[in-house]
Amino acid sequence: MTIPLSYYLVLSAMVFLTGLVGVLIRRNIIIILLSVELMLNATNINFVAFSQSLHNIAGQVFVFFALTVAAAEVAVGLAIIIALHRAKSTINVDEFQLLKW
Amino acid sequence: MEHLFFFYFALVIAASSVLVVALRNPIYSALSLLIMFFHVAGLYVTLHAEFLAAVQVIVYAGAILVLYLFVVMLLNLKQDDRYHRQWPAAAAVGSILALEAVMLTLVKGQPLADGPVGPPETVSEGLGNTEALGDVLYSTYLFPFEVASLLLLVAMIGAIMLAKKDLAVNSER
Repeated sequence: MTIPLSYYLVLSAMVFLTGLVGVLIRRNIIIILLSVELMLNATNINFVAFSQSLHNIAGQVFVFFALTVAAAEVAVGLAIIIALHRAKSTINVDEFQLLKW
Repeated sequence: MEHLFFFYFALVIAASSVLVVALRNPIYSALSLLIMFFHVAGLYVTLHAEFLAAVQVIVYAGAILVLYLFVVMLLNLKQDDRYHRQWPAAAAVGSILALEAVMLTLVKGQPLADGPVGPPETVSEGLGNTEALGDVLYSTYLFPFEVASLLLLVAMIGAIMLAKKDLAVNSER
């Protein structure tokens, strides 16, 4: 018997919640970005599971584009982290409280 | 047998995602994320999406994670406090969403439609995964494909502009 779709959805929900809690709870900016990657991976699992269940390739096409967007976002996010570190020598998000320092 | 593979991949994915959030050292978090990426690729193979599994390994594990490790080693971070002082808010949001996920899983909604769903061009029968994706990507989804390449160009320019040193600093030396 093939694996029912709900198993994949439960797994995807668990990984997404873990990533969400990681974004809210960690103070290190790099770990926050890693948790955003966790959330993106969870939605990708969801898309591929639905694509296989509904026999429609459009889900996998969306995963392809979501991967592209994730790569672009990581590049820009890490460049921002480097610029922040150059300015303040810390990557603790609590330190970045003012819009102009 | 399929259940065995699925439960192994799912268990390791869940465990390594918890480790990413919970570990103190950012390099250990990045390495747990690497383990998760490989097992997500394995999950894609069981879902008959082999091209996506290869792309996942190449792009996520081979490029994105390498970028993260570069930055972590470049910044040479010290260990600092792990959790935000607003962790009760995170626990509240997490528990509410977990409860919602459990309820959505248990409640049976409309059954999914039998047979292919969506525009007829997106249905692929009998093709391998790479051929099916290529077939659709260059015909129906050609415009998003080109826009994605433009997005990557913009991201590259933005990253270079953000991370380069100012010219005034360089000329003073």
